[in-house]
Amino acid sequence: MLTRPVLDVRALSKRFGGLQASDRIDLEVVSGETHAIIGPNGAGKTTLIGQLAGDLRPDDGVIRFMDRDVTRLDAPSRSQLGLARSFQITSIFPELSALDNAALAVQAHRGSSFRFWRPAREERALREPAQKALESVGLGARREVAAANLAHGEQRQLEIAMALATEPRLLLLDEPVAGMGLDESQRMVRFLATLKGRITIVLVEHDMDAVFTLADRISVMVYGRIIATGPPAEVRGNVEVRRAYLGEDAC
Amino acid sequence: MSWALVLEQTLNGLQFGVMLFLMAAGLTLVFGIMNLVNLAHGSLYMVGAYLAAAFAQWSGSFVLGLALALPATLLVGIGVEVIALRTLYERDHLDQVLATFGLILFFNELISIVWGRAAIYTSVPPILGGHFRILPGVPYPTYRAGIIVVGILVSVLLWCLVTRTRLGMRIRAGASNRTMVSALGVNVRLLYTLVFGLGAALAGLAGAMAGPIYAVQPGMGEAILIQVFVVIVIGGIGSIRGAMVGAIVVGMADTLGRAFLKPMLATVISPPAADKAGPALASMLIYLLMAAVLFFRPEGLFPARSRS
Amino acid sequence: MTADRRRDVIVAVGGVLLALVPPIAALTDQPFYLDLFRRMMIFAIAAVSLDLILGYGGMVSFGHAAYLGIGAYAVGIPAYHGITNGFVQLGLAVAASALVALVIGAISLRTSGVYFIMITLAFAQMLYYLGISLETYGGDNGMRLAARSRFGGPIDLAQPSTFYYLVLAILVLLLVAGRRLVASRFGMVVRAAKANEPRARAIGFSTARYKLTAFVMAGATAGLAGALLANQTEYLTPDFMHWTRSGEIMFMVILGGMGSLFGPVIGAVALLLLEDVLSAMTAHWQIILGPILILVVLFAKRGLFGLLAGARVD
Repeated sequence: MLTRPVLDVRALSKRFGGLQASDRIDLEVVSGETHAIIGPNGAGKTTLIGQLAGDLRPDDGVIRFMDRDVTRLDAPSRSQLGLARSFQITSIFPELSALDNAALAVQAHRGSSFRFWRPAREERALREPAQKALESVGLGARREVAAANLAHGEQRQLEIAMALATEPRLLLLDEPVAGMGLDESQRMVRFLATLKGRITIVLVEHDMDAVFTLADRISVMVYGRIIATGPPAEVRGNVEVRRAYLGEDAC
Repeated sequence: MSWALVLEQTLNGLQFGVMLFLMAAGLTLVFGIMNLVNLAHGSLYMVGAYLAAAFAQWSGSFVLGLALALPATLLVGIGVEVIALRTLYERDHLDQVLATFGLILFFNELISIVWGRAAIYTSVPPILGGHFRILPGVPYPTYRAGIIVVGILVSVLLWCLVTRTRLGMRIRAGASNRTMVSALGVNVRLLYTLVFGLGAALAGLAGAMAGPIYAVQPGMGEAILIQVFVVIVIGGIGSIRGAMVGAIVVGMADTLGRAFLKPMLATVISPPAADKAGPALASMLIYLLMAAVLFFRPEGLFPARSRS
Repeated sequence: MTADRRRDVIVAVGGVLLALVPPIAALTDQPFYLDLFRRMMIFAIAAVSLDLILGYGGMVSFGHAAYLGIGAYAVGIPAYHGITNGFVQLGLAVAASALVALVIGAISLRTSGVYFIMITLAFAQMLYYLGISLETYGGDNGMRLAARSRFGGPIDLAQPSTFYYLVLAILVLLLVAGRRLVASRFGMVVRAAKANEPRARAIGFSTARYKLTAFVMAGATAGLAGALLANQTEYLTPDFMHWTRSGEIMFMVILGGMGSLFGPVIGAVALLLLEDVLSAMTAHWQIILGPILILVVLFAKRGLFGLLAGARVD
């Protein structure tokens, strides 16, 4: 291993009553890598994301991020360390404008928010990076639109913009192209491809085109376990993986 | 402080706990299944008390009064549910709180119009009057013992209903996952009305039994309602078991606290100071208890699984 | 005219009208109205403070009246013991309310939803019972205020219009500060936490501390209102803290328009006017008020300010 992994997960386990949602998961993501996690429905990808993001407490195991043990840290603390995420079901601030949404993400990482007098909207230190983040995902012209009034695809873009605005070390994307039409998802994939190498990305997706275009490595999850990890070509040819996907349209 | 006194107060605590449980069971089911914050639950208690007093006076029999008050309160409850509460199920908690608050004002005033604002005093029926001896030298009011017995009976019945019948199964399912229940084709509307009616009947029973020992007056529902909230918060929303545990805990803590905190304090600090601090602390005791429980378990002691 | 402009105009007009009440009351020889509007403004201060946490923060605190009571007793108890310095009393009112809000908030904000409502209600009731148990200070009968707060110099609360303008000044300052607050960095976090708390946490805000701070600020401001209320009624009772009071204040916020700061002012005026009119009609006015409140909740959620000023642009 030439570089220390950005994300190092060991023996992560989580149980819900009778269901073992995460079963001793090991995962390593190195700097600059785009690592996709795929698997049939019910494989436990959402639970895994939840534990990585800090929404769920694992029963067992360790999560190391940037060489720090973050297993017990809550979501805001992980964000402060540089872990940004997008949500599977679009999660934004609906009544605020797109620019406000992004500016809030900037604000969380720039200085104290115990400021009570100066209007936040007048702070260039917040507006300018927010504007840049919006432009980078292609939403520059839509900055004054209330987030609730954006098209579905634009809202997904806003999610990414907010994540990027926090200047993260790791981007955790939960089905970024979910619910998008063909054009929109291709645009999103092209955009994500521009991030490759510059930012470390962990990507959960069902859309195989997106996965095979973007991923440097793929981990396949079935019934809470990772059954294969490797470059796309290797995973494609893996017998167990084929068996897991038999009956689904995939590879 | 004699053992007889301790025993008597413990039984009183149990009796109070029973009343709290009757109220809490209905309320927690309504919270758990319909996700409805109903501040007017106390009003049903009040309606039960007034109807029981009225029927008792009209018929000359306490038992008949109680027997009539139960279905009457049930009807009032169902009426309220159908007319006023159905629109609230889809609304957020703030709306429910405010709307049911309006209902409280309405009911309190309605009661004062019909019966006046002064408290009504009903007397314990002769067959249940007097004391009986639990232990030699320890008399206990028969009526209060009767309440405890009724409470235990109702708890057993409720437990059977919830764990042994199909309705109960649907109730439990609804408490842990509402959307699933309706997706499975259960007539949700009817279920809701039944659950609400059940809660109303239980509250009415509590109110009817309360008449002879507590003052019957407008606003009586709210005083006990807040204590019922404490019970539910401690026990966990949606859980009958939690309501039972919470009710006993709160009933005991409140009763024993009021009886013994002052003398207990007097052993550590000066009697005049204990005289002042004792009652004050006793009235705050159950809230402090609630705060303590919440500190360690914000979801209460036995929360039903989270609903969607 | 844009919605923003309309709002500003309405606020300005409102302010002018309020300022004109004392001279008009003097001219028409109706001192009762000066008293009434002053009372409305005091409740408006409490309602505005609740709007901060309810309308902007999404915290349904059903125990806000507790701080009214604390503020009132912070004036009453010192006055009983001969301390009538207004600055000391106000300071005590604000400090005590803030401290209590800190404790209650720290415990209650660990929960949310239905639990939060019930817990804030329960804590307020606890304080109510505490007030009742204070035999020295009147118990459940309450007590007369020994003497009004003294501020020295030209501010003499015995002069009705002086007192009136003091309250008006505080209300105006509160609205100005509140406007700034909700637009500030702090205000944006609180609003974000209401709009989508998981999102706010995911971008790095530990929302709990901001919510608690807002909760304390609101409590302290309501304490200030309580101190003024004691001077207004010259009588204080634990009833100030009764949970039905909390419900009333909440209604003022909703009736006027939640999340608008000025709306609650209109709401306070409207509700107290309504109560005044109804109680003149019948002793059983609550039986009319109750259903009115229900109807408002069901059909007029945006409140009066929303109706007057049009759709709110954030």
